[in-house]
Amino acid sequence: MEITTQEFKHCDLIKVKGRVDSATAPQFSKALEKANDNGRFKIAIDMSELEYMSSAGFRALLAAQRNSKRYNRGEVVLVSVPDRIREALELAGFTELFKSFDDQVQAVGSF
Amino acid sequence: MTSSTFPAQFEFLDEIREFVAEVARSGGFSEKAIYSLQLAADEAASNIIEHAYEGVTDASLELSCDMRGDLIVITLRDWGKPFDPSEVKEPNISAELSDRQIGGLGIYLMRKLMDSVHYESTPRTGNLLTMTKRRV
Repeated sequence: MEITTQEFKHCDLIKVKGRVDSATAPQFSKALEKANDNGRFKIAIDMSELEYMSSAGFRALLAAQRNSKRYNRGEVVLVSVPDRIREALELAGFTELFKSFDDQVQAVGSF
Repeated sequence: MTSSTFPAQFEFLDEIREFVAEVARSGGFSEKAIYSLQLAADEAASNIIEHAYEGVTDASLELSCDMRGDLIVITLRDWGKPFDPSEVKEPNISAELSDRQIGGLGIYLMRKLMDSVHYESTPRTGNLLTMTKRRV
């Protein structure tokens, strides 16, 4: 798993690549918490190069959404979610908790 | 029977998923179905490492994966604390954000992704989780 964070004026764009499972989810959580710690509560997560995500990753997403929404207009949105990951998110009932965008421009522009 | 023993550590989940994928691929499952099987096996193994072997660092788990006709049978055996997935309450997957539970999600996914999930625990056999899915 590899994570890069890019700061835009109105939001942070966090790109997560590779596989998020119980081994790597703590590092993913840390990146999300770090954004919140820096006072950034509008976060777009780019999943275009994400190959795999287990419920450990879903829990990290849930915690980040809760933390971010505590602040005025804070929100976590998802970008370019691969089909298989979207299906698993749907099974877990997570798709209704996150807005989803087809590309980065739309996601960043939504804030 | 294809079976292998893995250290009960999260770092080996990659290998566990690969092991399942190889058997499923040779059994003719689609890539989409293979992803589901990998996810179910990962969730099962993660639960064993996190709950059955809570705090134990030198434990191992045994994974077997076989085709029986058009059925794949995945079993995971451990010798940790008995942990019966059927006793875990189903998470409410339509609750509001603030009411969502963090736990129980892995087991819920296993049940949804597989056709059957069966658990038994005896002192002699250890804890044995058997999951099956038919190729469509």
